Parts: sequence; C-alpha cells; structure tokens
Amino acid sequence: MSEYVTNQEEALGKVILSARNIAKSFGNVHALKAVNFDVHYGQVTTLFGENGAGKSTLMKILSGVMQPSSGEIVLEGEPVRFSSTTEAQRQGISIIHQELSLAPNLNVRDNVFMGREIVGKGGVDYTEESRQTRQLMEELNEPIDPLTPVEDLRLGQQQIVEIARALSINSRILIMDEPTSALSASEVEVLFRVIRDLKSRGVSLVYISHHLEEALTITDHAVVLRDGRMTAYAARAEIDLEWIVRNMVGENFDLGSPPDGYAMGDAVLSIEGVTVPDASVPGRAVVDDVSLSVRAGEIVCIYGLMGAGRTELLESVAGRGDMAAGRVLLHGENISRLSIAERIEQGLVLVPEDRQRDGLVQTMSVGENLSLASIGAFTKGLLTSRGREHHVVRDSISNVHIKTDGAAASIGSLSGGNQQKVVIGKMMATHPRVVLLDEPSRGIDIGAKAEVFRLLSEGAAQQGLAVVFSTSEVGECLSIAHRIVVMSRGRMAAEFGVDATKEEIMAASGEAVVA
Amino acid sequence: MSDVSQDNGNGRGKLFGGDFDIKRALLEGRAFFALIAIIVIFSILSPVYFSTSNFLTMSSHVAIFGLLSLGMLLVILTGGIDLSVGSTLGLAGVFAGFLMQGVSFEILGVVFYPPVWVVVILTCGLGALVGAINGVLIAYFKVPAFVATLGLLYVARGVALLMTDGLTYNNLGGSPELGNTGFDWLGFNRLLGVPVGVWVLAAVAILCVLALSRTPFGRWVYSTGGNARAAELSGVPVKRVQVLVYVLSGICAAIAGLVLSSQLTSAGPTAGTTYELTAIAGVVIGGAALSGGRGNVRGTLLGAFVIGFLSDGLVIIGVSSYWQTVFTGAVIILAVLLNSIQYSGRKTQQASSDGKTTSPQSESATERSPVSGSTAGNAGTQS
Ligand SMILES: Nc1ncnc2c1ncn2[C@@H]1O[C@H](COP(=O)(O)OP(=O)(O)OP(=O)(O)O)[C@@H](O)[C@H]1O
Ligand SMILES: [Mg+2]
Repeated sequence: MSEYVTNQEEALGKVILSARNIAKSFGNVHALKAVNFDVHYGQVTTLFGENGAGKSTLMKILSGVMQPSSGEIVLEGEPVRFSSTTEAQRQGISIIHQELSLAPNLNVRDNVFMGREIVGKGGVDYTEESRQTRQLMEELNEPIDPLTPVEDLRLGQQQIVEIARALSINSRILIMDEPTSALSASEVEVLFRVIRDLKSRGVSLVYISHHLEEALTITDHAVVLRDGRMTAYAARAEIDLEWIVRNMVGENFDLGSPPDGYAMGDAVLSIEGVTVPDASVPGRAVVDDVSLSVRAGEIVCIYGLMGAGRTELLESVAGRGDMAAGRVLLHGENISRLSIAERIEQGLVLVPEDRQRDGLVQTMSVGENLSLASIGAFTKGLLTSRGREHHVVRDSISNVHIKTDGAAASIGSLSGGNQQKVVIGKMMATHPRVVLLDEPSRGIDIGAKAEVFRLLSEGAAQQGLAVVFSTSEVGECLSIAHRIVVMSRGRMAAEFGVDATKEEIMAASGEAVVA
Repeated sequence: MSDVSQDNGNGRGKLFGGDFDIKRALLEGRAFFALIAIIVIFSILSPVYFSTSNFLTMSSHVAIFGLLSLGMLLVILTGGIDLSVGSTLGLAGVFAGFLMQGVSFEILGVVFYPPVWVVVILTCGLGALVGAINGVLIAYFKVPAFVATLGLLYVARGVALLMTDGLTYNNLGGSPELGNTGFDWLGFNRLLGVPVGVWVLAAVAILCVLALSRTPFGRWVYSTGGNARAAELSGVPVKRVQVLVYVLSGICAAIAGLVLSSQLTSAGPTAGTTYELTAIAGVVIGGAALSGGRGNVRGTLLGAFVIGFLSDGLVIIGVSSYWQTVFTGAVIILAVLLNSIQYSGRKTQQASSDGKTTSPQSESATERSPVSGSTAGNAGTQS
C-alpha cells in the first residue's frame, strides 16, 4: 500500500486519536450507541455505513462540533474534551463537512481564511492570503481566482474550496465527510493525490464516502457503522468491496439494468439548440447548442465532468435561468416561456443538485418539505386537507425510504443522505411525466441508490415516465439508462447505447486527458 | 432514530403530532406570561388598571398595533420587512378624511359624497396600491425590502402632508342629507360591549390564521421565507407571494388607519408616525424570526397586546413618557433574548415533534445556513 518511505515509520499505523464508548442521543433518537473508533497515524481510515448510520455524528463529535452524551475521546493517550471546533483545531483536528459550510457572500480567499485571518502590520494581509489561496487551489488543480464570490461557484467547486480551507489549516488529523460527493472522477483523482501527499507528511485522515470502490483505493482501514454501532473493522489488505457491502447492508445491491419489454412512446421532451450564456464570462456559453429528445418510458443519463454544463442545461430546461437560444418542447408544445411552477404543473420537474441551497426549506418540517411541490393535490377549494397531505407525505416517506423520526421532525435532524431522499421524494410526489435529476445519488447509500433507480425504472416501464439524470459516476450511467449522453464543455460530445463501456464514456468526456 | 426502521409503518401515528413538552410550552408561551406579568404588576400599581372598561379601552388601542403587526407578520415570514405601514396608516386616514369632505368634479360642477362603505373600500384599495408598489419594487426590481419600504415611508407621508397641507380633517361625521354618516361606527361603536376595532382585529386575525395554516398561500409564505430558491424550484410562485404579502400588509395598514381616524374623529397627516417600529416589535415579541420562515399569528397578537397593555399601563400609573420609551425598549430586548434561547434550545430538541400545531414552525437545522465551520458547529452544542 504505502509506496512512500518516511522517517516516521515507527509511528505509522499507531492509533493517534480514538473514540471510546461514544454515545450520542438527540432527544429520544440514539444516533450513536457506545462506538469505539480509532484513527491511525499517517493513514486513512474510512468509515462506511448506510444513510443515518451515525457517521457524520461521530465525526462531528471528534472535531468538536458536538459533545457526546457519554464516552470519551483520547488523543495520543490523553483524554480530551473539545467544547468547540476552534479547540479541536488547536489540537490539530479539522473537518470537511458533508453539508458545505461556506459563506456564499464572501469570496474564496475570505472563506479559506475565515476565522484565521493572517494579520500583518496594517490589518489583514490580503496579499498573503490571496497568494496562499491561489497556491492551494493550484495544488487542487482548480485554479479559481481567490476573489471569486463563493455563490458564483458550482457545487463541485465549492466543495474544492471547502477542501482547500481544511488543507490550509495544516492539521494533524483531517476528517473528510463525503468530500467527493459533487466531484467527478478526475477531480477525485486530484484529491487522492493530495491525500497521499498528506499521508506522507504524517497527516492522519478519516474518510467517508458512499462511493465504495473509490474509497477502497485510498483507504488503509475500513470501519463499518450500522445503526449507531461499530459492526466491523478490517485492515485494507483483508477486505474487498463485497465485504463492505455485506457488512453495511447485509446483502448485495445491484443498481439494476435498463428496463425493457415495453414499447417506448413518442418524444415527450425535446430540447432544441439550447444555449445558456455564462454569467461571469460574457460571450461564452456554459451550454452550447444542445439538442436532446427523450421518449416516454426512456431513461437517459447525462455524463460529464464538473463544469461540463449538465446542471445549467437541466436548470434551464426546468425553467430557471435564461436561455440565450433554443427552445424546450413538452409533448410537442413549446414551454420555453412558462414559469417553473407552470412546468411542474405540466409534469416536468427537476430534482436539483444542491440540496441545501435549492432543495430544502430548512425552517420547515420533513413533511412540509415533502408536500411543498404537490400542494395542489391536497387542496380542496381554498383550503388544504390535512388528511390528504398526510397520505402524500406518508407515501413519499415509504417510497424513497426516508429514515426519520416522523414527518414533524425538522429537516436538519436528518442525515445527509436522507435529506437528499426528501428532495427526490418531494418532486416524485408531483407525479411527473418527465423528471430531470441532477446528481440524484449525491450522498445516498448504495441501498437507497438502488431503491431510487428502481423507482425510476418502474416509473419508466409502467407509467411511461421519461427520465433524464446526470451523474459523475460512470457506473451509474451503465445501470438503468437506455441512452448515455456525454457532455463536455457545454456541448454534446457523444451519445452511447446500452452497450457502451466505461472507457468509451470517460474518453468522450475528456477525462482521459486528465487521468 | 436509529431504532426507527426504514419501513415507515411505525411513524404513522406521529406524522404531525408528538408528545407535549412542558418546557417548550413555557418558552413558546413566554409572550403570554409577559402579558400576565404586565397585567398583574399594573393592577397592583394602579386600582383603575384592572377593570373591564380599561381593558376594553386598551384593547381598542391594541387593535391598531395588532392590525399593523399582522400585516407585518406576513411580510416578515417571507423574509422581508415593511417600514411603510405607519405612513400608509396616516395616508389612509387622510385619504378617508378627504373622501368624507366630498369629491368635487370641477368639469361637471358637482360634488360627490361617497357613502362610508365606498370610502372604506377605496381606502383599502389605496393601502393595497402602496403595498403593490412595495412588492413590485422588491420582487421584480430586486430592490432590498428595507430600502424600498423606507422610500415608501417617506413618499406616503409626504403625499399625506401634501393632501392636507399639513392640516387635519376634523369633520369625519358626514351628514344624513349627504348619506355618508357612519364613519365613527368603526372606532366608537361596540358590538356585544366590545369596540368594533377589536372585532375587526379578531376577524383579520382569524383570516390570517386560516390563510397561514390551511391554504397553499400559507405554505408558500413560509417556504419563501425559509428558502426562496428551493421554494421556487418546487413550483411556489415566489414573486407573486412577495407582492401579495406587501399588498396585504398595505391593506392591514389602511384598515388600521380607518379605525384610528374613526377613534380620534379626525384624520391628521402625521398619524401613525413610528408605528411601523411598534408593529415590528409586536411580531418579534411574538417569536417570529426576522430572517423569515418562522412565526405565527397567536404569538404576534400576544406581542401586540404586550406592547399595548404595557404602554397604556405606563400612562395610567403616570410614568413620564421618557421612561415609557425606556421600558418599551427593555421589554423588546428581553423578548428577543428569550427568542434566541428558544431557538438554540430547540436545536437539541430537533427530533421531537411539533406539539399540537401543524403550522410550519419546525426547528432550525444544524447545518442551516452555510456559515463558517465553527459557527455551524456551535449550533449543536447546547444540551
Ligand atoms: N441534530 C439532530 N437531531 C436529531 N437527530 C439527529 C440530529 N443529527 C443527526 N440525527 C440523527 O442521527 C442519525 C445519524 O445521523 P448522521 O448524520 O450521523 O448519519 P450519517 O451516517 O452521516 O448518514 P449519511 O450517510 O446520510 O450522511 C440519523 O438518524 C439522524 O436522523
Ligand atoms: Mg453524513
């Protein structure tokens, strides 16, 4: 495994930080039940587990975000207590949060140095901060100008800024809670290079991901958490993918295959020559003359690297943002002028990529979020009917398997993956004819992913639902999609049928150049 | 949570309900306890305070603040603010006074005396117009709510002054020959012993409760304030909702203006100056969050009563008006302090459900706003 030689070989693999019998309850919810967990010096320990297993909670405890209900944290043999993240940082522990924690109104530089400003003689030393930021971003192969406001960045880029911030702290122990959920293969490769580099400098890492294969390539230790308990541990050498899946969910999951045995209908969604201008660079287009037509019952996957224009394409089809040219036809009718609400009414919905920003209303309960898009379905005259809303909500919760303490629970109390399921459930509850999903599997576990894909392919086969989903994981394209469309730099680069190979798809996206 | 199986069958009974938490009920009811405290204290200090007639008098004062606060609540729930309601109130009173004097059409050479119901409708229309201007500026021209309504605060007040040359209409009674009597009914008459103004407040409050908890519009209001982007992508007509809440706020202000000028039997262009601040205070004391998405009618009404009963009580016991100002400010701060205790306390209670109400009042998310790691971190620390 370790292809590097260090002078810290002595310490390598020794336990540097450990959680002893950590338990954490939120009211009557027992998120963690006496968990033991070790972080190894200069190595990567990966935490696997289903949505809601308690991974993020455990990491928040180790990094001072929360305090455990009971149990203790031992750092280099000494019991420690962190009452805040600042305290944990002082001890050299920092975390990349699953839900990004950037201030959207500030620029990249200020976010990276937020709370740790470099102070020179004349106040904050912005030049130095910019220099370091630029250097970090280059290291991560994402040369974003340090003065770009974070709200102008795509989700994946924001994730990279978040990573840069964690790196800039120079911590001894770095916790990464799903750092790659919005990244595509080549960016993940860059991150892994950085991780190897950190390891060689003696940094200990904790890694969490639902991309199991990817995680296996980087990890030295695997720990499985299930229902708030640690259920399995093994060193990398002893395990394989099958071991993880078996320990995580107990059975093997298949993402399915393209549904067949039925006749597809006519084209329901036709995208004709859609062009979306780049808001920051005038004269450039993020989506450049894209045309695509999807038939009833057909499932189309859009694959592409970060910045390929997938999100912008899907958003403009759903009615958000300006189209410079082109039109969108639904059932043969031009809907380019309709509002988002009108498109939803006509059966065209979008499951957005960024659940925090575009998907969830954090002040509302799980149930109210789930029913938000389908209020019409339970409104009689002027008033809403609680009984019918109850049904809508209950059906959604069971359809997409949301693990919640009830519909009245707050959105923030759900695990990241379960929040994602709420966004999917909310849009599916409108009974759409055409559904666009932007990275629907972001942060959901393999079981849930299979469940969502099953829902989509059943919809396609039985109700003639037309599905367009985007992903940055090739494996997902090769599961239920009848057709794979590859986007690169805003353009449609290639189109494949069911018999495409991973290599073909990745090459078409321009990935081979980087890797 | 981890004990809840993924099959949701067992979550059924709890879909909207849950166990009742006494500590939370106390916090939720803090405006109520403040009100009780105020009543008790002033009753001890002054023998005249605790009497039905005094309560009715105070309530008719509260009606004015209450009406403004309800409109303000709708606006604040969407994450906005309406600074123009005090001026709109003044303008509405003056406009009604102007109509009561008769409108002369010079070309025709006649003077038209609209009956009172027409006056009421036209005045509400004027309030709606002011609100619509606010709403359109904010929703479609992206003017920040604070700035747009601050502008309208000046414009509406200026128009009111222009209309009267700074003078006051004193003759609002109308006359039987002209068929426009009855304006004083709103402010002076009583139904079942209760001033009409209070009935008006009650009616508006009931409409607001229904609208907020039982109509799609209510959901739209809460979701717009909670996360406008997500709401829009879920098909909520966010812009229309924004315009509508300002229109409703303008109408509430106009109604308040009618009630006030009827109570005073005069309509002056400076009526309602700084009332917008009182209205905001009522909403805030009632537990709403200025950031939007949280708050309810019950709390807001209590907030209006707290402010009204407090200031009248201070007058009754003869505290100087300077001290009145100090006390009012202190109560607002105290209420907001309790407010922040409530929200941080709730975070540890996230999993427990929402008592009896279904109004969108759920707890703040730990990872709610994307702030710095340490700030986001503090969210979960209380226990
Ligand atoms: N603030 C909170 N209030 C109530 N319950 C919570 C809170 N935070 C987490 N939980 C519950 O604790 C459990 C563990 O959540 P956690 O976020 O640790 O899961 P996770 O393993 O990170 O899942 P995912 O893969 O979806 O990110 C979940 O059931 C969640 O609902
Ligand atoms: Mg998590």
